[in-house]
Amino acid sequence: MSDNQNPLGFTPNEMMTIAASRALRNDDVCFVGIGAPSAACNVARLTHAPDITLIYESGTIGTAPDVLPLSIGDGELCETAVTTVAVPEMFRYWLQGGRISIGFLGAAQLDKFGNINTTVIGDYFHPKTRLPGGGGAPEIATSSKQVYITMAQTKRGMVEKIDFFTSFGHGEGGDHRKRLGIDTAGPTLLITDLAIWKPDPVTKEFTVGSLHPGVTRQQVQETCGWVVKFAEALDETPAPSELELRTLRDLQARTKAAHEGTGKEKAA
Amino acid sequence: MVKFLPLKQAVAENLNDGDTVAFEGFTHLIPTAAAHEAIRQGFRDLTLIRMTPDLIYDQMIGMGMAKKIVFSYVGNPGVGLLRRARDAIENGFPRSIEIEEHSHAGMANAYEAGAAGLPCAVFRGYRGAGLAAVNPNIKSVTCPFTGEVLAAVPSIRPDVTFIHAQKADRKGNVLVEGIIGIQKEAVLAARRAVVTVEEVVDNFDDLHPNLTVLPRWTIAAIAVVPGGSHPSYAHGYYARDNAAYLEWDEIAADREKFRAWMQANVIEKSADDFAARVEHLRKAA
Repeated sequence: MSDNQNPLGFTPNEMMTIAASRALRNDDVCFVGIGAPSAACNVARLTHAPDITLIYESGTIGTAPDVLPLSIGDGELCETAVTTVAVPEMFRYWLQGGRISIGFLGAAQLDKFGNINTTVIGDYFHPKTRLPGGGGAPEIATSSKQVYITMAQTKRGMVEKIDFFTSFGHGEGGDHRKRLGIDTAGPTLLITDLAIWKPDPVTKEFTVGSLHPGVTRQQVQETCGWVVKFAEALDETPAPSELELRTLRDLQARTKAAHEGTGKEKAA
Repeated sequence: MVKFLPLKQAVAENLNDGDTVAFEGFTHLIPTAAAHEAIRQGFRDLTLIRMTPDLIYDQMIGMGMAKKIVFSYVGNPGVGLLRRARDAIENGFPRSIEIEEHSHAGMANAYEAGAAGLPCAVFRGYRGAGLAAVNPNIKSVTCPFTGEVLAAVPSIRPDVTFIHAQKADRKGNVLVEGIIGIQKEAVLAARRAVVTVEEVVDNFDDLHPNLTVLPRWTIAAIAVVPGGSHPSYAHGYYARDNAAYLEWDEIAADREKFRAWMQANVIEKSADDFAARVEHLRKAA
């Protein structure tokens, strides 16, 4: 982990992962997106939510990896899963069928209404940068009962206007989902390295409800590309407990050791 | 009826210039050896279909073999971007390619519709998604019973599908285990299927009755290529060579470096070289 520990004894990234893990419940069925969500979901499983069902889009249902996977299709995800199904079954029966309570996504670009871009920077047909694209996310975003998003804050990542609607959040805000016939809740939580955000009940604009320990409003604004709204009664996120921190660090150490020599640490 | 052939012959007999071809594998059992053989034989103007085009399509695109790619996630799994594919999409190098982009749900449904002999797939998808505006093959249909508007995409019907699997029996039935991805649908959707396998066993008598077995009459040719999915993994045989995925990020970043690597590691090699590449990964599997 590259960021420095703050005087409180944990890093902003650790706080982000742990705050995200706390949002998950023991009875959740969670579709785990590529990247940042994976660590949070497994910390939840190893602390307060031992019976959580973690699903990766490679078809692994109820997986319990000892180390964080390199990709969404690692062999260990299959070996530790309750069952492994084919990819069409994954998307048809389990996601489209309404079995997923939480879709947990990361984002390259995010706007204030929780719309996500992981497709292109610039014009679609003449892109400045071609990103990998949506994979499973467009349907995870609309078929999961709720969507949680986690990402580290940067001005490039959190923008007023995304370049491409890879995954639909609340669109232009308000009742835009309902107008498109989408009956799931969409993004209900955004966990960054600085704060916990929730959508305004009416406008659906993400609003800061809780600052992580030691974080100021100014820091949140300086790393965000839109004018940030703060809740009137602003909470402070509880600092990581000793158990949470130890669980996360042990998981990361096991992950590093398991993949030593295969370059895992560079990819994680 | 299935034929056991050397890989060189299996590819030559089943792939043609201008074909629509799928080399499938969902992070596991990626048919690298078959793709490298296709590169050595220098096919042109291919339409390449794959949910997760990774290193092998980066290599084929970089060699100028593709006129079009159909995909849902064009990344180096666990590492990042595909730099040869990006160069083709962003700069038209070494040639411009047409892209048809879907979501995973769209591709999975389209393969399944192909296997089912249907002209299109119908599912609940692409709602609010930008892809529907840039891909003319994403349309909608209205359910005649409920009035719900659903997404429709054409089924995928490749001329030929290549997959890698763990085992064939002596008759040519093929077993796929672990993360089975989209391989069964991709084989049954195609006009012809070619399978590379780790090994041939006498029979499948002792197997669990519900395992994924492709009967021999669904396959045109089988080639035995131990290690044939390196640098991805084969469940029960060898682990993923993650160093190779990381190394690829650097090789593919530079046009000259890419060409030199392809010359030394693909053009001047053969299917027989794969077994040695996974030797150090067998214990870890």
